Amino acid sequence: MIDPVTLIVALIIVSTPVLLAAIGELVVEKTGVLNLGVEGMMIIGAVTGFITAVETGSVTLAFLAGMAGGMILSAVFGVLTQLLLSNQVATGLALTLFGIGLAALLGVGYPGSSLPPVPDLFPASMQAIPVAGPILFSHPLIIYLAVLLVVAVWFLLQHTRTGLVIRAVGESHDAAHALGYKVIRIRFLAILFGGACAGLGGAFLSVARVQNWIEGMTAGAGWIALALVVFASWKPWRVLLGAWLFGGISALQLRLQAAEVNVPVALLDSSPYLVTIIVLVLISSDRARAALNAPAALGKVFHASG
Amino acid sequence: MIRLEKRPTPSRFWGAATPVVAVILTMIAGGIMFALLGKDPVAAIRIIFWDPLFSEQFASYSRPQLLIKAGPLILIAIGLSLGFRAGIWNIGAEGQYIIGAICGAGFGLAFYPSENPLIFPGMVIAGLLGGWAWAMIPAILKTRFRTNEILVSLLLVYVAEAILASAATNWLRNPDAMGFPGSRNLSRHPGTDNPELIAGTGMHWGVLAAFIAVIAAYVLMNRHVLGYHIRLAGQAPRAARFAGVEPNRLVLLCLGISGALAGAAGLFEVSGPAGQISIDFNSGYGFTAIIVAFLGRLNPIGILFAGLLMALTYIGGELAQLMLGIPAPAIQAFQGMLLFFLLALDVLSNYRIKWAREAAA
Repeated sequence: MIDPVTLIVALIIVSTPVLLAAIGELVVEKTGVLNLGVEGMMIIGAVTGFITAVETGSVTLAFLAGMAGGMILSAVFGVLTQLLLSNQVATGLALTLFGIGLAALLGVGYPGSSLPPVPDLFPASMQAIPVAGPILFSHPLIIYLAVLLVVAVWFLLQHTRTGLVIRAVGESHDAAHALGYKVIRIRFLAILFGGACAGLGGAFLSVARVQNWIEGMTAGAGWIALALVVFASWKPWRVLLGAWLFGGISALQLRLQAAEVNVPVALLDSSPYLVTIIVLVLISSDRARAALNAPAALGKVFHASG
Repeated sequence: MIRLEKRPTPSRFWGAATPVVAVILTMIAGGIMFALLGKDPVAAIRIIFWDPLFSEQFASYSRPQLLIKAGPLILIAIGLSLGFRAGIWNIGAEGQYIIGAICGAGFGLAFYPSENPLIFPGMVIAGLLGGWAWAMIPAILKTRFRTNEILVSLLLVYVAEAILASAATNWLRNPDAMGFPGSRNLSRHPGTDNPELIAGTGMHWGVLAAFIAVIAAYVLMNRHVLGYHIRLAGQAPRAARFAGVEPNRLVLLCLGISGALAGAAGLFEVSGPAGQISIDFNSGYGFTAIIVAFLGRLNPIGILFAGLLMALTYIGGELAQLMLGIPAPAIQAFQGMLLFFLLALDVLSNYRIKWAREAAA
């Protein structure tokens, strides 16, 4: 009924936009900044990426444009929260509301445009290998980059001096400031990185996965990414796990709908969101583990006095 | 070198002036956006902010629309503002609005075709309870398991939309509509309708409820100990705990009230202006109400004016779409911009700007 190999292939593709956005947000939150604008940055990335792909015919440029779009929007968040010391929750919400509106505006006239195909990284002969071929070798470059990014972020945070500084800023900005680290500069750079990741995730969604532009097409992926960071207790590896879990549920429910199983469509449609909520509850109910890794300065405004 | 110096208490002048300045800056930035779209910016701003109220050609149609659109925005924003003041972030009002509408409409349709005058009050109660129950999910998860209410309330919006889709196409569908999606029309059936109370004003029960909510919230925040606790919990959570404020009780109360009000707003909409449960009757009021709450400085009277202004941009936006061919999403971007400017300008009420010499640092 449901072929496990194609399910795993779909899982990997569906999870990639969320994975990219979540790993970016993880770095942002590690510096102590809560950016609730992931959904807005993703959808801006989706529309700028799509427009660039249609206009230039280059997939590479499209992904770069998606990154740039997400980054520009995140810069607005950076200016407001870091330089003008605004409330991070409110500003993040504003980013999402504005991003969805602006993306719809930019995308007028683009739905249904034809796109250049996204090339696969490995040759067709390797993709023909049974089971391993479709699962491991049938994807475009971005999917491999997304997994590599998780490894890179893990290494950066855990094994480098830069990672130590990032974590220090996120744990206590006052202490980091007293040690002479440029808190605002570090946070601003992290915010830009988060924006680029979310934008790339959005561009992957529109250019590679759906291959179309639809208003509001991220459909909560940005919020799921935010939930994944909490689910992962701010650990990069767990983000990968969470993204695959989400991708698995999404891919499975679509297949179940296609197979017309006797389960209400509303329940299947909302299953990725419900599973995310259930997982969040499980994680946060374990008080010791939830508090252990959360950056202590998360969401707090930093104002250097003196 | 510009330096920010924290004010001991927020400036009252800037607190009141920032919304006005933010609106003016949004008009300028919006004008630039319209110019980039190839439209006359001055005409666009005039059509959005002036013509709906004063143009001889359109005002008779659009003036009543002002209250119709402001009603739900104000009702939802009042509820949200209580939580926002206490640092409890319900951002899933859109979902509570949808569930309230479905519950209220379901109650009314259960008695179809009765025209008993008690049905409409029952629908209102069902709407309140529906929105309340939907908001209780993040509330209970927060109080029992410390789950983040921002994420849960927002994710539940997508669940509510899935339920709405199945209600409109399946179990609430009008059996006489020959397979078309959408419920029976509630607004054209006596007993389930939410009529215009004063002809030509757009005033319906939901608008009245919004005005009552404004007054009640004003009294609550300024005259009642609960309002004091809400403000205390937002400004000094530790002090609030020492003063005996039970944080869990506040979470249940704030989320419950905001959910109930959003649910009622949904019911009034679906039995009045929208007329029926359809797959997309919800028009994002639950999200725009977040902007209204902030634009009104989380203050009931401020929210009243902010709701009217935001309603004006909706009506003006539709007019601009008609007259100048400005795409509909431009208005959403415009409303988002307003929130940006507002948040950016807040720095003026919380901090003093000093021009310090480099050497002094």
